[in-house]
Amino acid sequence: MLRFFPAFALFILVVPVLCGLAGTMLPAFGYLPALGGDEINLSAYKALFSQPGIGHSTRQAFIIGLASTAISVCLVAGFVAAWYGTRSFRATQHLVSPLLAVPHAAAAFGFAFMIAPSGYLARLLSPWLTGWDRPPDLLIVNDPVGLALIAGLVVKEVPFLLLVTLAALPQVPAVKAIHLTQSLGYGRMAGFIFAVWPSIYKQIRYPIFAVIAYSSANVDMSIILGPSTPHTLPVRLVGWMNDSELSMRFMACAGASLQIAVTVGGLVAWLLIERLMASCLRMFTTAGYRLKRDGWLRIMASISMTASALIVFGGLVVLAIWSIAGLWQFPNALPNSLSLRSWNTTLPALTRPFWTTVVLGIAAVIISVFITIACLAREQQTGRSGGNRALLFLYVPLLVPQIGFLFGLQLLLLNFNASASWPALIFVHVVFVLPYVFLSLSAPWRAFDTRYEAIAAALGTSPWRIFLRVRFPMLLRAILAAAAVGFAVSVGQYLPTLLIGSGRFSTITTEAVALGSGGNRRIIGIYAFVQMMLPFIGFLLASLLPALFFRNRRAIKGL
Amino acid sequence: MSLKSIIVALATGVASIIATQSAIAEPDVKDWPAVLKEADGQTIYWNAWGGSAQINAYIEWVGDTLAEAHNIDLVHVKLDDTANAVATVVAEKAAGKDQGGAIDLIWINGENFASMKRQQLLFGPDWATQLPNWQYVDVENKPTIVTDFTIPTDGMESPWGMAKMVFFHDSARSDVKSMPDSADDLLKWAEQNPGRFSYPQPPDFIGSSFLKQVLIEKVADRSVLLEPVDDATFKQVTAPLFDYLDQLHPNLWRQAKAFPKDYPSMSQLLADGEVDITFAFNPADASRGIANQELPDTVRSFTFSGGTLGNTHFVAIPYNASAKAAALVVADFLISPEAQARKQDPNIWGDPTVLAIDKLDADNAAMFAKLDLGIATLKPEELGPSLDEPHPTWMSKIEQEWASRYGIAN
Repeated sequence: MLRFFPAFALFILVVPVLCGLAGTMLPAFGYLPALGGDEINLSAYKALFSQPGIGHSTRQAFIIGLASTAISVCLVAGFVAAWYGTRSFRATQHLVSPLLAVPHAAAAFGFAFMIAPSGYLARLLSPWLTGWDRPPDLLIVNDPVGLALIAGLVVKEVPFLLLVTLAALPQVPAVKAIHLTQSLGYGRMAGFIFAVWPSIYKQIRYPIFAVIAYSSANVDMSIILGPSTPHTLPVRLVGWMNDSELSMRFMACAGASLQIAVTVGGLVAWLLIERLMASCLRMFTTAGYRLKRDGWLRIMASISMTASALIVFGGLVVLAIWSIAGLWQFPNALPNSLSLRSWNTTLPALTRPFWTTVVLGIAAVIISVFITIACLAREQQTGRSGGNRALLFLYVPLLVPQIGFLFGLQLLLLNFNASASWPALIFVHVVFVLPYVFLSLSAPWRAFDTRYEAIAAALGTSPWRIFLRVRFPMLLRAILAAAAVGFAVSVGQYLPTLLIGSGRFSTITTEAVALGSGGNRRIIGIYAFVQMMLPFIGFLLASLLPALFFRNRRAIKGL
Repeated sequence: MSLKSIIVALATGVASIIATQSAIAEPDVKDWPAVLKEADGQTIYWNAWGGSAQINAYIEWVGDTLAEAHNIDLVHVKLDDTANAVATVVAEKAAGKDQGGAIDLIWINGENFASMKRQQLLFGPDWATQLPNWQYVDVENKPTIVTDFTIPTDGMESPWGMAKMVFFHDSARSDVKSMPDSADDLLKWAEQNPGRFSYPQPPDFIGSSFLKQVLIEKVADRSVLLEPVDDATFKQVTAPLFDYLDQLHPNLWRQAKAFPKDYPSMSQLLADGEVDITFAFNPADASRGIANQELPDTVRSFTFSGGTLGNTHFVAIPYNASAKAAALVVADFLISPEAQARKQDPNIWGDPTVLAIDKLDADNAAMFAKLDLGIATLKPEELGPSLDEPHPTWMSKIEQEWASRYGIAN
């Protein structure tokens, strides 16, 4: 029975992506019989490239994807190099890690509420410092270059990259290497980058690729923070896909293939940058520079890391205040009055999306955890982990731009009358939740001390019972933690829910982004607050439940 | 009788049975008790713009009321652009899904209605004028109720509310006498007050409406706008509009490098003091904002004495809707005196009624008389003349032209 699961997991990860890609590519070349397209031609591409500003939008998606990834990687590398092993490293790590659970849209709203000309930072400094009694006419959020979007992506990707870096660090003798390089007279950062970083980087390449794919093809953060004259390519694509003109579907699919090209281009560019950086690094290493005077750089690394976390946290607090604010005019730092009016009017409308989010998340997580455990158990049986290639498959749904295959998947499901149904929606969530659950759970599972199981087996216990009585309880913390990660991922999904749910299934996230276009800060505050509370509750349960179950088992309580 | 004629007779009989059967599937609006009976227990997916919390709360109230009265489960599918709902129906028709569609009711008007009507995506024929509450509708004095952007509604959409473009300013910051009285005035005002005005980025509905307002004021001959757009003369007819915008944009908020997303966003900008003049399609929007503590109570309304754009918004039923009976019941409830009076209350929404007060009985008329329209709402006689909407084809063409001129970075 177990032997089928790795293949099944592979099916879930790869088949929707492949079918979706085919479903996108065929209409891009004019073939979609349901809409009257039954011959292969290039007219969709002609229409696409005659769109005003298409070159600009495309360039922007490319640049924003690369720039935000490069900045995030530099921040993480710099911070780890500067502070790994110190007490302030652990403190900052605890500050940054929870941000991983904050959905992209909520983080983007919080960020916008902080940095806008009428935002909280300006309010804090006005009018006593800036002299502004009205917000300055500065284009900060939605700027044409996309700086606000890049910054928003960076603050959201840094926690992710930091976490995967932390997971990679124990596999490398980092502390020893730091001591060695320091005894040879290298600066702390230089020593780390020369001796430790290359082997860490090797392990975090896939996550970095996923970040490139995500940030070049992102829709929800781009709607909130990105340029609007014109919008970035992915946002325009969703607009075309939803256009009332039938023929636009072909163009949208052609555009989706362009988006895939942009992401692939971004990945290729990144590989070139990798080479360049590697030879730079070799040059520096062999040149023997010690780069000892890095004190200011270390402080910069720490400040930028802390600031990126604080600005999101600050934004989330401001969101919460807005949700209960009465009249709150610029430049007041606090509202004139507080009122629950917005909550009262919004709560009835919030109930249905709330439960949709919860049910969807729990269903997707249960399925994903089940498949993951089955695959890992099979791996344990055979002793083969599938290695790097299996890992690549895990990353397939994260590396292909969502837009590229969700369009096709939506058209396919529509043909089978299966779109906008619970099974279809749960299925598409599993596609995105499964990789994260697998990545979170596989390390603790593989690190499990099998001698416990050997003893149990020696006492004559059946494998099934060994799993239930020994491994499962001992790994419950890890399993629940993986489930919480998966739930957070499901809560944050915007595009899959929007496209596969055909708008009939609204979750907190789709509602938040839709209302975000409405610009009512109180309502955005409410939705973003609920959106960020859901994953938080998930993680809270994941850490509290084991403590409750094992209150009389000191060694596994581990709180 | 020959064999052939028997076969023909049989075939005709079968065909007519099939025809009647498929006709049974459609509710007959003239038999209202049967409609109510069929609607009982139906779930209705109402696709409506979801960008305003107050409107969403009102729709929620409609759902709660109908759940209690008729056991109808109403789901508000919140759209950011009504074109998305049209797209869904188009896709369903293309996929051959002529029954059991995903959408039962759409909040609609203008180009979207025209597009659905042209593509025969609407439930029909005439059902709206057969609704029991149609008797109260002010057909006589509100011509836009039966002519939507020059397109006859033919009873294929039922009115929900009246819209008129009204401008707002904060009297604590700016004097009402200094406010512009026409598009040309506005241009001059913007030159003197750079960065203090903007409009939502087309194709946002309100933003596009601003373009139409300017076009109507600036066009040489208004009558051409009532005809479908002619590609040959488009450039020449709209030249005054784009000349105007070229002059206006450098003095807009953010120098027109970014635009507000929609009119609630502009309301926020007014509250923050980023802009001095905003506008909406709802004359009571400022009062609504004050009542909801979103705007200071010093905000006031004004219009142009030469008239501003006015229209009606509607609900329509797609041809393949799954719950047509329930959709009819909702549409009828929306034009009931109770629902219309609640909608006009600025504490709730403030959207003007489509009903004729003199057609109501005393109790219902009193509900309207009792309403306090709010400190910032102009009286009906102060609203000024209503300008007719151009033919819907103008809108899409102007939006395209706008996008290629200003929607891309240069």
